[in-house]
This record gives sequence, C-alpha cells and structure tokens, in this order.
Amino acid sequence: MRQTLAEKILSEHAGRAVRAGEFVIASVDVCLVQDGTGPLAVRQLQKIELERVAHPDKTVLFLDHAAPSPRKELSNDHVLLRRFARKTGAVLSEVGDGVCHQIMPEGYLSPGDVHVGADSHTCTGGGLCAFATGMGSTDVAIAMALGKTWFRVPETFRIQVSGKFPDGVYPKDLVLHLIGMIGADGATYKSLEYGGETVDAMNMSSRLTIANMAVEAGAKVGLFPSDEVTREYLQSVGRGDAFRPISPDKDAEYERVIKIDVSKLEPTVSFPHTVDNTKTMTQIRDMDPVKIDQVVIGTCTNGRLEDLQVAAAILKGKKRDRDTRLLVAPASRAVMTAALKDGTLQTLIDSGALILPPGCGPCVGVHQGVLGDGEACLTTQNRNFVGRMGNPQGFIYLGSPATAAATALTGKLTDPREVI
Amino acid sequence: MSARIWIYGDDVNTDVIFPGKYTYTVSDPAEMARHALEDLDPSFAKEVRSGDIIVAGKNFGCGSSREQAAFALKYAGVAVIIAKSFARIFYRNAINAGLPAIEHAGCVDAINPESEVEVDLRKAAINVDGTKFEFPPFPDQVMAILEVGDLVEYVRKTL
Repeated sequence: MRQTLAEKILSEHAGRAVRAGEFVIASVDVCLVQDGTGPLAVRQLQKIELERVAHPDKTVLFLDHAAPSPRKELSNDHVLLRRFARKTGAVLSEVGDGVCHQIMPEGYLSPGDVHVGADSHTCTGGGLCAFATGMGSTDVAIAMALGKTWFRVPETFRIQVSGKFPDGVYPKDLVLHLIGMIGADGATYKSLEYGGETVDAMNMSSRLTIANMAVEAGAKVGLFPSDEVTREYLQSVGRGDAFRPISPDKDAEYERVIKIDVSKLEPTVSFPHTVDNTKTMTQIRDMDPVKIDQVVIGTCTNGRLEDLQVAAAILKGKKRDRDTRLLVAPASRAVMTAALKDGTLQTLIDSGALILPPGCGPCVGVHQGVLGDGEACLTTQNRNFVGRMGNPQGFIYLGSPATAAATALTGKLTDPREVI
Repeated sequence: MSARIWIYGDDVNTDVIFPGKYTYTVSDPAEMARHALEDLDPSFAKEVRSGDIIVAGKNFGCGSSREQAAFALKYAGVAVIIAKSFARIFYRNAINAGLPAIEHAGCVDAINPESEVEVDLRKAAINVDGTKFEFPPFPDQVMAILEVGDLVEYVRKTL
C-alpha cells in the first residue's frame, strides 16, 4: 500500500485508502477540551442546541490549565464544564487529576485512534501512535457532537533517528535541535513520523515528549510506531488489550527524510522568544552567564516520572540556588503517586523545590508562578513566546529536566554535564 | 474611507494576538476586540476600524489552538488577513470564525502601509494599487461558511 502512518490511520477512519493531499471526512474516536477552550466549545453547542457528544466515554473535559481556579470567572467556567459533563455523560477530569496530554495516554488513547483536542499540544498522543491533533474550540465542539471531522491528509517528513544519547543529553534536546534546524514553521501542516534504532529503543515517556512538540515546528501530528514499547506501556497502565502493532509501510512515500544522529547532540536550550531560537551548551558557554530567577520542571512536555527522576538524581543531597525558585508540577496524579512512593518527591523537596498540584503548572500563565517584569525562567515546557507565562516582560528559556535541575543548583543557565 | 492596512512580520503567535490570561476570563466580543494584538501592537485595538486588513509574513497565528485569537481579530473589525503563510490551527479557526485568510507571498511583498487594497473573495483576486493578484478560490463549502458568518451558523443551517 506504500502508506505512511498518517495515511494508514486516516484511511481506516475514512473507510477508504487515502493519500497525502486529499480531503477526507474521518470518524473521530477520542476528543478533549480543557478549561481554557472548553467553555467556548460548550457555548457554541448550546447556541445551536446540539448539547450532546457522540462518544461520551471517550470525550474528556479537563480542568488543568487553571486548577485549582485562581479567580471566580474561571471557577464559573469550571462549573459550566462540570454541568456539561453531567448532562452529556462525557468524562470530567477534575482539578488535581493532571494535565490532559498525560491523562489521555494513561487512560483513553489507543494506537490507531483519531484524536482531536481543543489544545495545540494534543499532538502528544502521537507518541502512542494516535493521529492526534489540536484544533479550535468550535472545530472540536462539532467533532465531539457529530463524531467526525474533516482533514487534509498531511504529507510526511520522516525523522530517522540513530545513535545513543550521550550522558546529559535527552529526547527533549533532540526535539529542540530538530525545531531549531527546520524552524517554527518548518513542518507546517505536515506529519512528522519518527523511526529508526533510537526510536525503537525509546521509552513512552520520551516518545510523548517528542510528539508533544510537533506543533512547535508547525506540524499537524508527530507520530511514533506502535510496537513492543507501546505494548509494555499500555500494560503498565492496565490497558494491555488496547494494544495493536502499527508501522508505516517499508516503501511509504515521504516528502522529506531528515536524519539525526543523537550521539552528536548536546544539551540544547531555546532562548526567548521563539522555540526555534536554539543554542547548544557549547554556544552558551561562550556567552555572558544567563541569570535564571525561576526553574519549572513539569508540564505536558516533561512532567512524567522519568523526568522527575532525572531532575532528582542531579539535585539529590544538594540545594537550589538561594535566588532561584524551583517549581515542580507532576503531570498527573499517577505520576505524583509514583514519585512519592519512590522517594523522588522527597529528594526534590529537600533540594528546595515547591511541589505544585498535578496539571499544567505555570506554563500558560493563568495560575502559579507568573514571572515578574524582567525575570527569566528556565522551564521544561514547550513554548516560550512573549507573554506565555503571564507577563510579556518575562524571558522564557526551554530545556530538558536535566538542564533545569543543573540550572536550579547554580542560578544561571547551566550545562547538566557539569553536574552529573 | 479606504481600509487601513496593518502590516506585521513573521511568526505572529496567538499569545500576542490574544493573551492566554484573557482566554480564560474574557468572552464578550467587544471586550475581546479591545485586547486584540495587545502584546504586539497596543495601538491596533485603539485605532482599528471595521473593514481593515492585516498583512503579515509567514506562519501567522502559530502557537496555541485558542480560537479566541481569530474571533478577537474578527470582532475588532478585520475583514481579511493576507499572509505569506498561516499556522494550520489558526487557519482552520479563521475560516470557522468566518474570517477570510489568504496565503499569497507575492501580494504581501507588494503591499505597503499606504497601499489601496481590495479583496474579491468570489473572484479570488486581490487588487493592490492597480496590480491584480490571484489566489486559489475557496471551496464552495468554505465560501458558504464565510457568507453565513461562521461554522456554527453554517452547522445550524445545514443540520
């Protein structure tokens, strides 16, 4: 059939074999809205008296971006979403359950699903081989009510990854490197399809991190194959029967093939105010020191157990710099519980970290950890636009959990290889 | 009075078009219009008039999926956005909001702040100071969405 992963999954959902460039009406398996985008979606459905959802047990409303609510308007939006869930039978993910893009793979997504969400980082689900993509509130509202939507089948960039990660270099560095190389619009409307020996060996946490950032290169989806890693992950979250293997055809047609040897990569940081403004630690070493006022570890990009463990290993027995705040937000209740049981949270607390409730953390600037004028933050999140963390006078740097931990120790942007 | 042209560069993102802090608190159309493009160009919301045109570089509307970015510009009176390219979520949102989004790099390069610009969606043509630029016509369904106002109106009428 010579199909890419994107063509394969959309063909199944369109009921015919489709090719890149075609417009299709596809069935939608799983939908999400969150507390920023959901209220508009609900109001749009109320306006046309279509307050229903096609698949209630696979439609999830998340209270995660402003949770717990810092002000009454947001509290009222939460009330609106809770009422809609009761009325339609849709699932409500409560304050403290976690960030949508972590809960979805833990509890709802299966390989081969089509998943749309009113949140640009819905593409995270591609780590689990779901055709997962972000859309606006109205688009998702219609999709969740009717159980279908339209797509243009995207062309695919194959990202062929080889080599072994050097110490101190992580999948986050790989994806920042890729975006720096192709640019913030380098893959607009495309599918990024990851493969190769390094991908085969990569755990689910890493795959989700990389898929999460597909949209930062403009891509529609970031897809990984469904393989033994996927099977083990689904078993670990108690959903082994959701597994099925999916891989692209050997002779699939790609618009472009990008090869990356991770053994040549360095820890990489995105500088303000665009994700593609990347610098390696070698470049940073030659610059004036960059003072950091706040470090954030968490979010849908890097708030999983493995991320917290990497940070804890660096911070163990040490203290954060006295002038640098350290905020940690586990991505979900399950992550928080696991990090509590294995001692990771205690290590982080002992190093001077503040543990925030599971959820989005300070990433989008509506609750928790808004920056002051002129302050700089190193965060493991996915986006560093002007105003992103609630203050257009702030400066946001993006890096891996290891870079974040190393930076918390010194109070300035620091190469994790210097402290591990 | 002819349309005013608002010219911006590459990568105008949804965080500056409609800041996240308002996404969660502001839903009244007039109030949304007052914050449009606030973190990029504070003069825009004060001076924009109905029928004005935004002209921009590549990747307009990148970032968050927040549809409020498209609606805020529409509510502010923007009649059409012409850009070298659009981020895909914003592009969908603009069409769904009934705000025409046209990709045309050559046309963008030809426009300056004093240009006289006329857009004919049906004929799929833009006239810039007497020079005509053509773009691929919108499919019938998209024209129908633009003409009835937005996607929600369209679904209401076709359900």
